[in-house]
Amino acid sequence: MTALDVGAALPRRKADILPGLTPLIVALVAAPLIGSFSTFLTLTAAGFAMGMMIFAMASGLTLVFGMMDVLNFGHGAFVALGAYIAALVLLPLASWSGAESVVLNLAAFALAVVAAALVCGAFGWIFERLIVKPVYGQHLRQILATIGGAIVAEQLLYAGFGPDQIPLALPATFQGSFVFGEAAVEKYRLLATLVGLAVFAGEMLVLNRTKIGLLIRAGVENREMVEALGYRIDRLFVGVFMAGSALAGLGGAMMALYRGQVHASIGAEFLVLCFIVIIIGGLGSVGGSFVASILVALIANYAGFLAPKLALVSNILAMVVVLLWRPRGLYPVSGR
Amino acid sequence: MSAGLVLDGVHTHIGRYHILQGVDFEAPAGRTTMLLGRNGAGKTTALRTIMGLWRASGGRIALGPTSIERLAASEVARLGVGYAPETMAVFSDLTVKENLALGARSGPLDDSRLAWIFGFFPALRKFWLSRAGSLSGGQKQMLSIARAIVEPRQLLLIDEPTKGLAPAIVGALIACLKEIKTTGVTILLVEQNFRVAREVGDEARVMDNGRIVHRGAMAQLAADEALQNRLLGLSLDSHQ
Repeated sequence: MTALDVGAALPRRKADILPGLTPLIVALVAAPLIGSFSTFLTLTAAGFAMGMMIFAMASGLTLVFGMMDVLNFGHGAFVALGAYIAALVLLPLASWSGAESVVLNLAAFALAVVAAALVCGAFGWIFERLIVKPVYGQHLRQILATIGGAIVAEQLLYAGFGPDQIPLALPATFQGSFVFGEAAVEKYRLLATLVGLAVFAGEMLVLNRTKIGLLIRAGVENREMVEALGYRIDRLFVGVFMAGSALAGLGGAMMALYRGQVHASIGAEFLVLCFIVIIIGGLGSVGGSFVASILVALIANYAGFLAPKLALVSNILAMVVVLLWRPRGLYPVSGR
Repeated sequence: MSAGLVLDGVHTHIGRYHILQGVDFEAPAGRTTMLLGRNGAGKTTALRTIMGLWRASGGRIALGPTSIERLAASEVARLGVGYAPETMAVFSDLTVKENLALGARSGPLDDSRLAWIFGFFPALRKFWLSRAGSLSGGQKQMLSIARAIVEPRQLLLIDEPTKGLAPAIVGALIACLKEIKTTGVTILLVEQNFRVAREVGDEARVMDNGRIVHRGAMAQLAADEALQNRLLGLSLDSHQ
């Protein structure tokens, strides 16, 4: 053993599972207060599905903020654009959506969300080059530029599609509910949950099993050192921004289908929630955003049932409590 | 394999501060050049400017026949320049293995190269799958240097590797640096610890106020206490 091994007893890394259990803890606390198991199950399933859709939107934002240090207030524009793209794809495919065929219904849904993600990814590239790139490292200007970009994008959507809401019907297979005893769980919520879990699994797979993922995780922590190792961080930035925009578009498409209508204000509506989620989760942490999305959605649902007036501020209260407990979020990223 | 480094009248501004004020020196190929000087003399700025992390506002930096003063850090690294910064800059949330994998830019980790590194940094093998953030300061320093040499390099820039380390660990680190020297790589080493400088260095360049104020053999500086006092405000005897 060399001198460099002297006293090399390495502290074991504690598995930090408590933050990950917070949604479960909230559910266990809420269950006796709600009283009825069927109501609890319905609220929990709905909260989980909503959490997955929020996660799809927020995970892109956390990567962009975590790695690029960019406050992208234009993220909501991609949520709205994704919703419109889903409508543009699904409206001509009404025969597929309305058919009594699971395959055709699934194909219509898949085409809508994939198209939303791809188009938003492409527009993300334009947005990054035109609006974000000139203001790297300048937070105040980033806020102004991206808010400006979001306003322009929203007005362009109004100009292109009109100010009225566009109704968007769910494919036939995903309408209605599964009934478990006295509890009813909407079919689309189960689908949204599955898609959200798939997105999370995909992101974790890329981040933990690929070199690109390794570079993104390293870049979140120390961009300069990644560059000093010979990697073009600017290209990585563009890729991450496009991926973040694509995820926002996917989330927007799913949310539009969930609400059954499309409107340009959907982006601004969910932007604040996305910021709350990424702050609760820990800036730059995809896993943290996943937990925070479920936590926020469950709290909103339970509060809406138990104390409707409290539901209006439940997200803010949740953020305050979490930050008092963990000032850098549930799963903070080193170096941020 | 290795290439010499030449700085010719290099200036660096950071904001409104003029840090490097016409730095001229060369680090001969295959030799270890110590960059010495008091705190604030501009040593770290010189390394960061060579690496492309700060852009030179004037002058020329050449690695072998290639001018690198206008290149981005990633392009400098791709020319075969390894960098171990003063802060170590290991990726705390990544494992030791992942940190080294990032250092191996051109392909997968080479087993024989790893075996060579483990020979003088055995702790890295021991904690291969541990998070870098949980390593001790000395182990992080090992990882930082190992990452810089995980692939063959033309030039190694190492900034104060012994800073804050216990004396026993400093001794082992000296042995490691000597082992790295045997590969023939050109090394530019910033070091405050004169004992390390004396044992590892072939050449000495001393900076003060953003300029080079002395060039010569390390052995010559180590033998001349008056010169040490004048240039560095210290004597070797007080740093045994």
